[in-house]
Amino acid sequence: MKLLRIIPDDTSFGFMAFRRLSFPFSALISLISVGAFFAIGLNFGIDFTGGTLIEMKTLTGKADIASVRTAAAELDLGDVEVQEFGNQGEVSLRFGLQPSGEKGQQAVVERVRATFGKDYEFRRVEVVGPRVSGELVQSGILGVVLSIIAVLIYLWFRFEWQFAVGAVIATLHDLVLTMGFFAITQIEFNMTSIAAILTIVGYSLNDTVVVFDRIRELLRKYKKMPIAELLDLSINSTLSRTVMTSVTTSLALLALMLFGGSVIKSFSWAMIFGIVIGTYSSIFIAAPVLIYLGARVSGDGQEATSETADAPQSTVR
Amino acid sequence: MLRYSRAKIAAVLLLVVAGFVYAAPSLMSPETRTALRDATPGFLPSWLMPHQAIVLGLDLQGGSHVLLEVDSAAVLKTQVATLRDDMRRILRDEKIALAGGLAVLPRGVSVRITDEAERARVVPKFRELVTPTSSIMGGGGQAAMILVEEQDGLVTLSITIAGVTEKIRKAIDQAIEVLRRRIDALGTTEPNIQRQGIDRILVQVPGLQDPKRLKDILGTTAQLEFRMVAEGNASSPDVEMLPQTEANQPPLPIEKRVIVQGEDLIDAQPGFDQRTSEPIVNFKFNIRGAQRFGTATSESVGRALAIVLDKKVISAPRIQTAITGGQGQISGRFTVEAANNLAILLRAGALPAPLTIVEERTVGPGLGQDSINSGKIAAYVAAVLVIGFMFVTYGLFGFFANIALIIHVVLIFAMMSLIGTTLTLPGIAGIVLTIGTAVDSNVLIYERIREEARQGRSMIASLEAGFTRAFATIVDSNVTMFITAAILFFLGSGPVRGFAVTMVFGIVTTVVTAVTMTRMMIALWYTRARPQKLSF
Repeated sequence: MKLLRIIPDDTSFGFMAFRRLSFPFSALISLISVGAFFAIGLNFGIDFTGGTLIEMKTLTGKADIASVRTAAAELDLGDVEVQEFGNQGEVSLRFGLQPSGEKGQQAVVERVRATFGKDYEFRRVEVVGPRVSGELVQSGILGVVLSIIAVLIYLWFRFEWQFAVGAVIATLHDLVLTMGFFAITQIEFNMTSIAAILTIVGYSLNDTVVVFDRIRELLRKYKKMPIAELLDLSINSTLSRTVMTSVTTSLALLALMLFGGSVIKSFSWAMIFGIVIGTYSSIFIAAPVLIYLGARVSGDGQEATSETADAPQSTVR
Repeated sequence: MLRYSRAKIAAVLLLVVAGFVYAAPSLMSPETRTALRDATPGFLPSWLMPHQAIVLGLDLQGGSHVLLEVDSAAVLKTQVATLRDDMRRILRDEKIALAGGLAVLPRGVSVRITDEAERARVVPKFRELVTPTSSIMGGGGQAAMILVEEQDGLVTLSITIAGVTEKIRKAIDQAIEVLRRRIDALGTTEPNIQRQGIDRILVQVPGLQDPKRLKDILGTTAQLEFRMVAEGNASSPDVEMLPQTEANQPPLPIEKRVIVQGEDLIDAQPGFDQRTSEPIVNFKFNIRGAQRFGTATSESVGRALAIVLDKKVISAPRIQTAITGGQGQISGRFTVEAANNLAILLRAGALPAPLTIVEERTVGPGLGQDSINSGKIAAYVAAVLVIGFMFVTYGLFGFFANIALIIHVVLIFAMMSLIGTTLTLPGIAGIVLTIGTAVDSNVLIYERIREEARQGRSMIASLEAGFTRAFATIVDSNVTMFITAAILFFLGSGPVRGFAVTMVFGIVTTVVTAVTMTRMMIALWYTRARPQKLSF
């Protein structure tokens, strides 16, 4: 049986040479992301803004979105966002926080039920008060910050500090770009998005760590090799794994995106984006950063001389 | 690499079998599970014979998640009021007349006693209020109240932060009890009521189509009072104007003095009035309540008696004759459901403080079922794609990885069933995602084996090197994933937490299945087939 090979054996791409392109490129899209974040802003869900979200499905054939919109506006409950989604007459209504506090929030649900209860099945009702949404914002930010710090510490213990810094720069890069992705696509940003971001952080780090592990191994082996060449060798020798795992993970995410339903869809989109940039940043950001930080393995070079003997010249070429 | 002791192989096989056994109930119908449980001999511990299906989150089975917050200001207010009453009683007992009276502060009460002798008599009594009666719940030795005596005879008792917190904690404990009784009376299955943080209660009730009734029941304080309707002077300080529950009715002047309270009720049942066949609530007092009610009604025949619930007048019937039997009925133009609800509320007792709904998430059963279906389809499609891809890329070794992958998913389900964690929609997404990432360990190993083989090592040496060298990488890369998933678990709530759970379990099982099991499979295969070169 002929087996599939996406990446041919013994590649020797000059990834490091690309840093003169990849660094300005990343800087540019990071700037665009930051710009989009501040200029357009995120499309926050009610988890973070507070308010009421109601999803309903018509009981009688097709949803009349126009009349829903008018009827919802007539309720006089402040700004209301009416959206049709799915293909079976599903409508979502989103109301902002009511000025009259928690009691007012509850009244929204009752009034919507009274208006639409006859013709629609209520599939989802979410009411988030101002205090809860504030806390969710806090724990979301805290989660992202904490995980970066925790991973930084772990990598610092396991590797040299340069590696930890390189990994965190790459992770921040991914984080900024993901926020930009949310801002530009206007995909709703909610607690599930925080889960997506943390998973992207985890995945990107996972990828980076695999490359770093190889760099460390080769640093011990070839003490004399110029760092850029060594990084290229490390990335090339892990390249097929990097691509394979990106493919299997993307396949799983693709299945989620196509069949997982509306809640999971935006999560999957963000994740697929995250996989792509996570893979990119491990190769083109995390590794080349090591050149500037001057990564070297501590300790003397005794074992190196003995090991260079069996250095496979074919892979270095 | 090649040698595995029989014990080791047996242990791994046992783990796999246990995984399938514990995951199996989730695939059975509820009837089969019950039959299985009934068939289990009683002497076997319940964890040995699994019949526990995985617990589905409310977003999958449909249901309501309601987060209630106790009104801390109200708790403090009652606490201050009780303190004021206690101090007033002491002053009255000691027959001390005050010039200025008691001053109620936001978090305490102060009184000016200029006479030194009088002060000497009263202050020790006040101190008794300060010393907590029960030191077990004293909050680690922190005083609930402090007493400050000033030069000019001003004595202030103030409630400390610890005192307020302690009170709120107790109020929540009480409220949980009351809510449990109320929800049990609704007859819903498996409600989950638990404290969250200091001042919140989380109520999760599966399978309600319309949670309005649940919310009505949760949000009512249900403080029932029987009080006289004032006659004549409505502006007296002992009278207050209270609104009526029935719409478009004017407020009534009601005496502040409470004759009997809800806590003196021993039963309340919905029923129908025999003459008007209107829905009513029949109630029964305890002995103390019956006595007080009897005395009050016999003294006030002909007057109107107001039935007040949470500062609103339900009705104010005229007393025809003295009611001494300790039984009565409340009528107030109820609907059948309203009478039912009131009876439930009165039986369960009043909440110690008002609760507000600060968060609600309800998923209808239709959407829940749809989510399960789409989650299943996504999982199957992902599994087929990944399994196919692994097989096309690695052939026989891919097949080994695929077997490990299937066991990996089974083990996640088994762990979730065994520990009893909840499967949510994001949790399903987490499992599907781990289908994609679980094979990463295999990919790392296989790619390493190929590399080693390309460098001219023998087959067996490549296998050996592949497994050992890749292992450190696998650990490092999984630890970083684990850290982020664990943080998400501690900070996330509800469905998102379900995602973190499956991710964490997925990371743990992947190391076992992808490393240990594949290695064992390859070793067994190698010792049988003795291939000369790698097949990929």
